[in-house]
Amino acid sequence: MTTTIPAPPQAPSPNRASRPGALLRNAWRGLTSMRTALVLLFLLALASLPGALLPQRSLNQQLVDQYLADYPRLAPLLDRVGAFEVFGTPWFAAIYLLLMISLVGCLAPRTVEYARAMRQRPVVTPRNLARMPHHAVAVVDGAPAEVLDRVDARLTGWRRTRTDETVSAEKGYLRETGNLVFHVSIVGLLIAMAVGKLFGYEGQVIVLANGSQFCNTSILGYDSFRPGLRVDGTDLAPFCIRVDSFAADYLENGQPKQYRAQLGYQTADQVASGDAATWQDYELSVNHPLRVDGERVYLLNHGYAPRFTVTWPDGQQRTGEIQWQPVDTRTYLSQGATKFERPGITDPAERQRSSIAVTGLFAPTSSGGQVVSSVFPDLLDPEAAVDVMRGDLGLDDGRGQSIFSIDQSKVDSGALVRVARENMVPGQTISLDDGTQIRFDDVSQWVALQVSHDPGQEAVLVFALLMLGGLALSLSVKRRRFWVRVAPDTDGRTRVELGGLARTDRAGYGEEFDRLRADLLDEPPNGGDR
Amino acid sequence: MTVDPMLSSYSDLLFQGTLVVYLLAMAFYAVEYVSARAPGAAEAEQVAEQVAEPAAVAASGGSAGTGTADLGAVSAENADVPPPGNAAREPKARRSRASTFGRMAVSLSVLGVLLHVGSIALRGLAAERWPLGNMYEYTSAVCFAAMVAWLVLLQRSGGRTRGVRRLGVFVLAPVVTLMVLAGTVLYAQAAPVVPALQSYWLVIHVTTVTLATGLFIVPGIASILYLMKRSGRPAGFAAKLPAQETLDRLAYRTTVVAFPMYTFAVICGAIWAEAAWGRFWGWDPKETVAFIAWVVYAAYLHARATAGWRHVGAAWINIVGLAVVIFNLFFVNMVIAGLHSYAGLG
Repeated sequence: MTTTIPAPPQAPSPNRASRPGALLRNAWRGLTSMRTALVLLFLLALASLPGALLPQRSLNQQLVDQYLADYPRLAPLLDRVGAFEVFGTPWFAAIYLLLMISLVGCLAPRTVEYARAMRQRPVVTPRNLARMPHHAVAVVDGAPAEVLDRVDARLTGWRRTRTDETVSAEKGYLRETGNLVFHVSIVGLLIAMAVGKLFGYEGQVIVLANGSQFCNTSILGYDSFRPGLRVDGTDLAPFCIRVDSFAADYLENGQPKQYRAQLGYQTADQVASGDAATWQDYELSVNHPLRVDGERVYLLNHGYAPRFTVTWPDGQQRTGEIQWQPVDTRTYLSQGATKFERPGITDPAERQRSSIAVTGLFAPTSSGGQVVSSVFPDLLDPEAAVDVMRGDLGLDDGRGQSIFSIDQSKVDSGALVRVARENMVPGQTISLDDGTQIRFDDVSQWVALQVSHDPGQEAVLVFALLMLGGLALSLSVKRRRFWVRVAPDTDGRTRVELGGLARTDRAGYGEEFDRLRADLLDEPPNGGDR
Repeated sequence: MTVDPMLSSYSDLLFQGTLVVYLLAMAFYAVEYVSARAPGAAEAEQVAEQVAEPAAVAASGGSAGTGTADLGAVSAENADVPPPGNAAREPKARRSRASTFGRMAVSLSVLGVLLHVGSIALRGLAAERWPLGNMYEYTSAVCFAAMVAWLVLLQRSGGRTRGVRRLGVFVLAPVVTLMVLAGTVLYAQAAPVVPALQSYWLVIHVTTVTLATGLFIVPGIASILYLMKRSGRPAGFAAKLPAQETLDRLAYRTTVVAFPMYTFAVICGAIWAEAAWGRFWGWDPKETVAFIAWVVYAAYLHARATAGWRHVGAAWINIVGLAVVIFNLFFVNMVIAGLHSYAGLG
């Protein structure tokens, strides 16, 4: 953006040009001025603040709901202005788009100016070098031309122009290069992020860690899916994953040390070629996502899936194994509902009366005692406190229901009744009044995986690194000028006058000037000012 | 991965030793400040003001200034070096006592930093990991960074430490405060960290962000003092501060080191987040506040090139920047729940 222009140039009077033209031009000038950029930067910082202080939908919907419940008068107002999704609101977008326009409007003329400056020769040596902030005079041996040759040789690396009695040199063009690279990269970064948001997606899925498979073929395979605006889910890369096992290590206090899931995977090409037998191995852990076909697979969470087998009096058997949801992230106390429909019954009404659900709490390491709770997240001493429900689970009525709970309205209406309440350890069986046996077989583990796709992120990284490089250049390189004027003195010696000017803010040119002075005038350095 | 209780307790001892040495250093800096006379204040300011006039003025020391961008640096130097006549007029005994205390304070600062390194290193050895895993360790490391930045600044201002050195008490005061906080309310036993933190990015990201945070403390303080000096209030206090230009230059020079480092740290954080959390940027509260701090410091750099904002405005922005960084270190870690909640205080 424009540096160090003391006063903005006077806009031409509106009388001379057509009014709308002048208005546009003034608006453009206003928008691209440094002062406007400064104001927009402030606004950007200010507008981001609620994003940190208020709960955000994109991060945690539950916290937002809690907030809405806690502040029934204030929260709806905040919600109306989008304070719970700050980074998706039009006003936030307006600020950064204006900032980008201002930036581009400033960059374009500056790039032209930069291109011209790159070809220009250093300025003519000023008449009075004593007026420069850095200045020195001395008489040295040698003819003027010889002295200038020596100066010329010393100033390699400087862009310089020489006349009969002066050398004008300038250095530090990289400062402006860095500055432009930095600002252009910001625009590039924003575009790359936008591409990622448009064409990327994130999907989450829970897979049992017992050899179960997941294939990235359609959105339907996911438990939750967040598509970019241009993603309709028709061209996902159809790779497949098989989760063979999951292991977690814990410290004595229950703090997790390491999570690992052993995977097999097939790339989309392998799947397409019909080679179903070849799987590559991968150990998925936190910080080490699986990268396949431009997608990334992450290990987000894990949990337990108790396995129950129901044996009806007629000898029919069904085994159910489905994930239960951890409700305590420290002890992995989990809750859930494993649901069974009685097989071999054709009458829908009869079937509705005899469905069974095993619900309750599961503790991977049980506290023991009457009330089961968990004391450790690892699977050391599992126990489940279950309610066995019998009746109509509501699975036939077409409404979706949570896999982690039973339909409470069926319980309230009396269609689903509790027929047993028991604490069970694996291997234990309970019998219902009609002779139905329910056995707690074993416990499996599950993993929650996230599949992410962001086609813009490599470009984002490149632009971010360019930004950093540009920033480092523009803040460390000093733009400075150096002049030498020679004049013949007595005895064939030469009077040399040096002048120096740093063109950047608080640049600290003194030391370098002092070194040059000491070199060129054969004088000891004096410590110099900075 | 076990914790060595012996090493851990040695680390704690060194931490306490560091704190004691810093406290002493602060006291000595304070004595220096109190017993020092204003650095030829009237004369120095006069020189600065004269040079600031667009006309060419020959200042003591040979070089002269004109109304150019580089002017501040030049006039600041002139202000730092007391005019010879003035030095002679100062009471000799008083001056040397102040400077003795000052030198002792610097030696103590160096000793403190050495003890501090020991404390941090032993902590890492005790827990067998990089010693930046909870609030106690971050805060300790932030103080360490601030102290190192301070000593480097002193070193780089070379023979002309007089004006700058007496700022020591203002650097030590927040450092000691943070150290006390770290050793009391924030203290956490040495322990291994959760799986998400087990990555070499912890070393890169958290170290650079901690260093940058520590570095930002110095310009923040310099800007506060700059505003006090500029307003001249409180009068007796402000008179003893170095020249405005020295303070302003201190603030700017440290910021231009800290800001790219902070940028680097944020980028590293994004790279790590991509591997650990599935996205490189997700507006987690910590990320959001880091973004705000970044924008504020960007505004600071722009303000310095904007007419009417160059002096007081820029200094205020720099102070706001420090406030945001400190807010991010404490409030966001300890109060707001987010992915960065690794304070270890639960």
